[in-house]
Amino acid sequence: MELFINQVLAGIATGAIYACMALAVVMIYQAIDHLNFAQGEMAMFSTFISWQLMQWGVPYWWAFLLTLALSFAGGIAIERLLFRPLAKAPILTNVAGFIALFAIINSVAGLTWDFTIKQYPTPFGSSPFLGSQLISTHQAGMIGVTVGLLILLYLFFQFTRIGLAMRAAASVPESARLVGINTSWMIALGWGMAAAIGSIAGMLIAPVVFLEPNMMGGVLIYGFAAAVLGGLTSPLGAVVGGFLVGVFENLAGTYIPGVGNELKLPIALALIITVLVVKPAGLFGRPIVKRV
Amino acid sequence: MTAMLNVKDLRAYYGQVQALHGLEFALNEGSLTTLLGANGAGKTTTLRAICNMVRSTGAIEFDGAPLTGRSTENIVRLGIAHVPQGRGTFTTMTVEENLQLGAITRKDKAGVVSDIERMYDHFPVLKERHTQQAGTLSGGEQQMLAVARALMLRPRLMLLDEPSFGLAPLIVRDLFKILGKINREDKVTILVVEQNAQLALELADQAYVIETGRIVMSGNAKEIANNEDVRKSYLGY
Repeated sequence: MELFINQVLAGIATGAIYACMALAVVMIYQAIDHLNFAQGEMAMFSTFISWQLMQWGVPYWWAFLLTLALSFAGGIAIERLLFRPLAKAPILTNVAGFIALFAIINSVAGLTWDFTIKQYPTPFGSSPFLGSQLISTHQAGMIGVTVGLLILLYLFFQFTRIGLAMRAAASVPESARLVGINTSWMIALGWGMAAAIGSIAGMLIAPVVFLEPNMMGGVLIYGFAAAVLGGLTSPLGAVVGGFLVGVFENLAGTYIPGVGNELKLPIALALIITVLVVKPAGLFGRPIVKRV
Repeated sequence: MTAMLNVKDLRAYYGQVQALHGLEFALNEGSLTTLLGANGAGKTTTLRAICNMVRSTGAIEFDGAPLTGRSTENIVRLGIAHVPQGRGTFTTMTVEENLQLGAITRKDKAGVVSDIERMYDHFPVLKERHTQQAGTLSGGEQQMLAVARALMLRPRLMLLDEPSFGLAPLIVRDLFKILGKINREDKVTILVVEQNAQLALELADQAYVIETGRIVMSGNAKEIANNEDVRKSYLGY
């Protein structure tokens, strides 16, 4: 029983990271109808920036906040420079754009910081949380930061003017323009926020997976699985999907014989395919129906 | 009277296809004008061209200043509210959020709050449903919401694209009554595009008839309504 609880809690902790990645993916998907394959690489790059800042002597939380701001600006810059010109281009052109972005960020990170694995600090420590052997303080910190972030995002989207405008621009762009919303900037803002959310995921997971240019590959696939499970049209779904995938991944690795650590990733892929076949809109997503 | 909106030699294109062929018309401040015509005549395109939602050439002046080169959202911010065909409801948001969105460019918070109350007076059904998702409203209620959303901008000019579409005749009468009231009491200049010519001519004071992208008839709404030839050849009733 203790093993079970332990695995569920550990799953919730990694699930928090998947939830962040899924949320970032969904935010961009809502804005431009494309999956950002480079979301993981963007998060990885942000994490390297925070690491570099700490190497230069900036304290953890200052580096954390500075990285958030830089990632936000970077996300906006990527949208303005690369994806805004592609707005009316066919899907495949956009996919090529994402793959290019993926390759460029990955290589630049490798070139700048090389491909050796680096230790990444945690501000929470890794002792048992509240004296219990079930969960470490870093895992508790991962959950805490994510939950805090989700609450802030909820408040932002529900109760601020810009949040309302962003939701409007994502749901009916033409009507949004007709009430005077600059939808193009709302999309850029969505990119900035997605990049910032991804950077939090990267900085929280780095102490676990260690820092290197390919650290987010697996994490992003779980993030996609979470987004698909929850429904690509639902931010809430992405978050719930993230936690579900985290727990499911851990339990499958522990209890299904032969899965272990090595075969966890195919489980995520199997999950994506199963959801797409059985319930394409996901748990919380809205099937796309047009009223005529 | 000075013309609030002045349209000259308006040509609009969808890809290679030209939809408007040198349209000319003017709206006087405070007037209620209707633009009539059959399916595909170019009524919707005209409204979309005013808001720069379709590629067009020619001159459109609002209060003497050209609209050319302005983005849709910047044109709206001048005080031109556009109720699009199909109502453009934010279906996943609540009725109240839809109204707030109509006023999203306004800075006067207190004014917005009191205007929302005013809309609930105009359209009591919206008050009953203010926390409901707008997509759950009936067609007529959504049209009321679309008009209310446009009014939240405190527009000087309101463009309506077939507000009667898909509504029961009684509801259309209600809606048109409200439009008349808005025009008289709030001094909003209105341009309404309609297929329902009979009702639109009762409501409007000015009328233009459009056929294959050209204005073929213009004048006082009553006179056009009483002109048998015009009615038979262009309006079909």
